[in-house]
Amino acid sequence: MATSSTPPFIAFDQSLLPTPSTIDVRGIVRRHGAVLAVDQVSFQVRRGEFFSILGPSGAGKTSVLRMLAGFEDPDEGDLLIDGQSMLGVPPNRRPVNLVFQSYALFPHLTVFENVAFGLKMRRVASALIEAQVRQALTMVKLFGKEARRPAQLSGGEQQRVALARALVNKPAVVLLDEPLAALDQQLRQAMQVELKSIQQQAGLTCVCVTHHQEEAMMMSDRIAVMHQGRMWQVGSPREVYERPCNLFVSRFLGVSNELPGRMGGPIGEDRLFQPIDADQPPLTVRTLTSEQAGRPATLSLRPEQLRMARERPMTSGPVLSGRIEKVLFAGSDTKYLVRVGPERVWETRMTSDASLPSFTAGDPVFLHWSLPDGRLFFE
Amino acid sequence: MKRGWAGLSVVSILVMVFLYGPILVLVVYSFNAAHLSMAWRGTTLKWYAALLHDEALLAATANSLLIALVSTLGATCLGGLLALGMEQMPHRRQQMIEGGLVLPLVIPEVMMGVALMLFFVMLKLPLGILTVMLGHIVFNVPLVTIMIRTRLRKLDPALREAAADLGADSWQVFRHVTLPLLRPAIWGAVLVAFTVSLDDFLVTFFTAGPGGTTLPLKVYSMIKSGVTPEINALSALLLLISMTCVALSLHVQRREV
Repeated sequence: MATSSTPPFIAFDQSLLPTPSTIDVRGIVRRHGAVLAVDQVSFQVRRGEFFSILGPSGAGKTSVLRMLAGFEDPDEGDLLIDGQSMLGVPPNRRPVNLVFQSYALFPHLTVFENVAFGLKMRRVASALIEAQVRQALTMVKLFGKEARRPAQLSGGEQQRVALARALVNKPAVVLLDEPLAALDQQLRQAMQVELKSIQQQAGLTCVCVTHHQEEAMMMSDRIAVMHQGRMWQVGSPREVYERPCNLFVSRFLGVSNELPGRMGGPIGEDRLFQPIDADQPPLTVRTLTSEQAGRPATLSLRPEQLRMARERPMTSGPVLSGRIEKVLFAGSDTKYLVRVGPERVWETRMTSDASLPSFTAGDPVFLHWSLPDGRLFFE
Repeated sequence: MKRGWAGLSVVSILVMVFLYGPILVLVVYSFNAAHLSMAWRGTTLKWYAALLHDEALLAATANSLLIALVSTLGATCLGGLLALGMEQMPHRRQQMIEGGLVLPLVIPEVMMGVALMLFFVMLKLPLGILTVMLGHIVFNVPLVTIMIRTRLRKLDPALREAAADLGADSWQVFRHVTLPLLRPAIWGAVLVAFTVSLDDFLVTFFTAGPGGTTLPLKVYSMIKSGVTPEINALSALLLLISMTCVALSLHVQRREV
């Protein structure tokens, strides 16, 4: 017999087990002059995990990476790798290797010498170096190009050398700084898949910094969203995409169709929501918390959560009326921009399937969605 | 458009003639068999042969080469270290030093020569081959520093970070990354410093004492008793060495890495 004081049943979460975390960052702060570049950031990275730090430029994500690599020291907080504090440990004595955004390949050395650099610095026997470099080059599919200079390689090949140069040292953590930013779109997509499969094959622990949300979602086990020096949300790509903790995260991870308004009274188990645009009737919303009526809130929906119809749909769920303003054909998908208020245009997508009813600009339409999809953000 | 280009090339040819005409005349007359005459009396190499038998001239050549070698070495070490050291300094101090470095390049060389002479006399250093070497180091340090520094500032700082990240300590970073990447600039600076030292007249004139006579000084003293074909031959040789050095310097610096 449950009473109100028994805690609700919590699904067993694997992540709560004391699995060895390779990286443990505890409340690090980093100031650049008067600017707080990194503000009380804490996170853990588990062994074998692909962890991305995602944020716009200037969010402080590169600072976090440089502190992990040892090029900068935090002004406050601690940073542990495999249980050891890294404070005051210089870059050359940290068990991490960084793949630079510019690759930073040594232009005066061959591909082989570039990859062998780390082993040579650690005075590994040359026979062993030979074998390990070959293995690393095979892994990144560059076998046979050992004698080339970096300048003789394509962008994608240079990227692979940079990766091999880090991997060959078998670091506890591979740090990736915008690893694919310098590649063109097609190569970038191919490398996303390849990088991910190398990471899984070798069981690498990776921390990747990127501003590219799609890339982060495709490659990562978990994503941390950073903005203005703070880490706002950490979770699986699906979690942060579908359940963003605030409007910034929601907007940064994809298109966020928004409708500001105020909370209304209850309607059955759900609540009413009065959009700020007077010509829109109240909508039904679902919220887990009991917000006071009249509290300002913003309703947000992803384009793919919306369905579009010519006639008012026979549903008890929320419906918003609008008019198609633009039809943007983008190959497999078609984007529709729908005006739902005097200053509000929502975006929705539909498969470009010739058998589906087609809409044209100017058509009056109804947008509807399933009740739990609508997310509310309070100020 | 086309006429404009033609006009431009006429001007460039005139400028080239103006620049290199006298030098060409000098080189051509070093092969003239006539003594003390502008009249052409056939081609000969005897003036070049005569140079080889002139004891004083050979001594001056040895001085010149020794001074150029020592001052180049000294200036390259000091200038290179200064360029590397400046990298570590706060921006303002770098600018101050840079200003100080350019100054010796712009003040009249006569002043430099006189100042150095007075300075050495004040230090009670006997003027001779040593003071010439020191004087040449003084004007070569800024040259070397600026050349190496230019290259150093063009290097991607991520390269040195990458080396450190891969386990290199600061000496290894220098030995395996910074130094090899600076090598073209260092060789370029060595060749330019060598040339400037070999060709210098003014600073040498004021700082040289007995036993410190260099080739340019020797040429000057020979000219007092008239322009001989030997001087033409000597100048042509000096010219050849200088131009070779400068061409080599440009070549090594143009090479990527």
